[in-house]
Amino acid sequence: MSKSTGVDSRPVSVSDVSTPRAELFARVLDPASRANPYPIYAALRSEPVSRQSDGTWVVSGFDEIAALLHDPRISSDLRNAGQPAGGQSLIMQDPPNHDRLRAAVMGRFTPEVVESLRQGVHDLVAGLLDAAGPGTRLDLVEEIAYPLPVSVICKLLGIPPQDEARFHGWADTLARTLDLDPTMSREEQDAIDHAFTELHHYLENLVADRAEHRGDDLVSGLLTGGDHGEPLRGEELLITVRLLLIAGHETTVNLITNGMLTLLRHPDILERFRHEPDLVVPMVEELVRYEPSVQFRYRAALADIEIAGTTIPRGSVVVLLLAAGSRDPGHFTDPDRFVPDRLPNEHFGFGGGIHYCIGAPLARMEAQIVLPELVRRLVNPRLTMDPPPYRPTAALRGPRHLWVEVDGVRP
Amino acid sequence: MSGHPGNRGEHVVGEHVVIVGASLTGLHAAEALRGGGFAGRVTLVGAEPHPPYDRPSLSKRVLAGRMSADSTGLPQRQDLDAHWRLGNAAVALDRDTKTLTLDDGTALGFDKLLIATGTRARRWPDTAEAALTGVLSIRTRDDALELQARLAARPRRVLVIGAGFVGSEVASVCRELDLDVTVVERSAAPLAGALGQWAGAAAGRLQRGHGVDLRTETSVLALEGDADGRLRRVRLSDGDVLDVDVAVVALGAVRNVEWLAGSGLAIDARGVQCDPFCRAVDTDGRPCDDILVAGDVACWPHPLYEGLLAVEHWDNAVRQARVAATTILHGAVRAHTALPTFWSNQFGVNIKVVGVPGRADQVAVLQGSVERAAFVAAYGRGGRIIGALAVNTPRALDAYAEMISSRMSFPPDLNAADAPDPIRVLDLAVPAAG
Amino acid sequence: MRVMVDLARCQSYGQCVFAAPEIFEISGREVLEYDSAPSDEWRLHLERARAACPVQAITIGPAAGPGKDDGQPSTVRPAADSMGVLR
Repeated sequence: MSKSTGVDSRPVSVSDVSTPRAELFARVLDPASRANPYPIYAALRSEPVSRQSDGTWVVSGFDEIAALLHDPRISSDLRNAGQPAGGQSLIMQDPPNHDRLRAAVMGRFTPEVVESLRQGVHDLVAGLLDAAGPGTRLDLVEEIAYPLPVSVICKLLGIPPQDEARFHGWADTLARTLDLDPTMSREEQDAIDHAFTELHHYLENLVADRAEHRGDDLVSGLLTGGDHGEPLRGEELLITVRLLLIAGHETTVNLITNGMLTLLRHPDILERFRHEPDLVVPMVEELVRYEPSVQFRYRAALADIEIAGTTIPRGSVVVLLLAAGSRDPGHFTDPDRFVPDRLPNEHFGFGGGIHYCIGAPLARMEAQIVLPELVRRLVNPRLTMDPPPYRPTAALRGPRHLWVEVDGVRP
Repeated sequence: MSGHPGNRGEHVVGEHVVIVGASLTGLHAAEALRGGGFAGRVTLVGAEPHPPYDRPSLSKRVLAGRMSADSTGLPQRQDLDAHWRLGNAAVALDRDTKTLTLDDGTALGFDKLLIATGTRARRWPDTAEAALTGVLSIRTRDDALELQARLAARPRRVLVIGAGFVGSEVASVCRELDLDVTVVERSAAPLAGALGQWAGAAAGRLQRGHGVDLRTETSVLALEGDADGRLRRVRLSDGDVLDVDVAVVALGAVRNVEWLAGSGLAIDARGVQCDPFCRAVDTDGRPCDDILVAGDVACWPHPLYEGLLAVEHWDNAVRQARVAATTILHGAVRAHTALPTFWSNQFGVNIKVVGVPGRADQVAVLQGSVERAAFVAAYGRGGRIIGALAVNTPRALDAYAEMISSRMSFPPDLNAADAPDPIRVLDLAVPAAG
Repeated sequence: MRVMVDLARCQSYGQCVFAAPEIFEISGREVLEYDSAPSDEWRLHLERARAACPVQAITIGPAAGPGKDDGQPSTVRPAADSMGVLR
């Protein structure tokens, strides 16, 4: 547990400074580092653009990440670095195709659409907390953070409530595809392939149905097109809807879970938040800076890139270590400290540049609703295990379970 | 409130910073001083009666009637605890006695002076024609208010003299209001001074596509009024005579430096010369520790560009104000090396610019498509990239700023996924130096 | 209450439009427009917009000038941060 100063005093699991710099990213990928990768990031930042022994280039400084997020020599299509195709969704594509697909989504994923989900989020949170009581021990992942985002996405897409359970399963399995994980087992790969196939069939039927009966859901909206976006059809529509499900799910689970974990580690801030619920507005930004769901993204270099006194050669795999940039002391005062009302707070919690998280407004809204409700309704919550067990993925980082003991759940 | 009591014991009694010019630059300098812990006296002197306001919106939303001129007041981030002398122009500076004289005769002593008097609109040169009712410029809040009222009265036709950014924005608003508008430009294209002929030609197509009667390589021979002194007609060099009720003179800006005559500071048409730390330079070329310059009125040496740079950009006003404040607080420790950058919104298009495209000898579109009105063009001079223009691609520009700062060769080898194929490098007429 | 967006920093991410649609809008494809003097009833929405801005380009505060009386500045920036935001 933390000291009352709010300074993170978790045990540093990687205190071994003898790791050669070129092996540091391998340690980031090691599940043993999952609970606290930040000391490794700090070590990497001493050389903000660092070549690893496997030939990947890890970028960990704020300025360098900011530059590359906007750099036209950086590609999201990893085939440009000799990797297998990572999928055809817009997050793995470059302009102009990326821009066309993104415009199609943004044309229908409007402020009005997000706002229309607000009451539903309130109701879902209330229902989940009602169901969690009156026990004294609960798993915030299984009981709150996990069910909420899938249900919200299902509402957004117009999925009938009776089908939501299947979506939960698919979302869980497919979240792993956002990682480029060489350690993935054959069984995991098969499970992913199976989930892909099932989801694909489901969405095909859904799209066919919506093509006949348009509603006010996002799938119907994408079929219709918007002010600045053309309609999406066929395979592109399926892939885009699948992306919204996958990318919008686990990231939000982790935002909520990391949020509660961080608050429980900072009892003074938790207490302040209890009396000052609007603190959630800047606090959500600080959470995605301090404990971001997306720790890094892979990119490919389309040309030689001179940066930070070195040259990333054309064709290289580039790792943008967003979570390291968001803790760069060159950009943030006291970066390892959780400051709920930090201002300004220009972080990479939702990425940056043309691939900036499409779902950020929805994620913010969900977190801004669920965190104050959890803090209001859970009586005297305590962590029972710190650090909690983590999911294995390094790029999408978050606890598998977050067990807390409470004295009760307020109505 | 944090507050900044004026009489903190640890500070020298009478430590007094006077900021001449109560606009964006002056405000940001005052904020940076307080933010940096300055506890002495701060006085802001402004010739206009209004507290600091946002100029860029004047030629856009205010003119279109979508925002009141009263709403343009700028927010302040923190308590400034400043003395405001609004409606008082500075008329003289005596460096020996460190005294500033205001137009009401007040003499203000200072320890440090920041010159931030900015610019004013260049007037129509024929004074009789300039005096006609309906002949306006747009620089101040009061200008915008008057022009907005005249546009709202639905004139038969609006004449815009000069197709720089301000003139083009005014034309954009006129079209938005469905008013007939003629833009007269002496050079071959709009925006050509800042962006070169190639981008200017694209801007010209944009304007004409929105119904602007754009007349390039044309000048105004005469503005003609009726017996009541109201503008009625314009006589153009192409032989046309047009009925117009409003003429907007958008011929650029003039530095407000006359009040510094005899001060011994190095001043010319580009403004008040200063060093990279914003210290005013005297006529012997020596920087003055106690007199600083920032914003539109300043010209200074930039490490990336030959000669002195003088820009009239919002961003520069803010950044240079902060550098000036740092120099006041800590001496010459932080140079002003930020790249010039500015934006314009017109005809529904977002334009962002970094560097100094106006000095380029070559240009090339490196990303996107001009036809789809979403592209990035880079500008080169002597084989180095010196500027970039982003049209409807605001997230692209930071990368080009990096390329300019690192003096990348031109055209840079980007291999961008959305590069035109092939990339065509066009020669531009080499602009006059400086 | 006054709002100012640093449009040199702004990259039209549009997060402010989601947070405070009463105050911000994207017109055309990339042109941000905003009400610089919004009603106090939108204070919370405005705070959401400021927090969400990916490039932290939004300033909120009382109107600058003598005799300001339409509210207090919402936050006093620490000196280090107000300098640190410059890159």
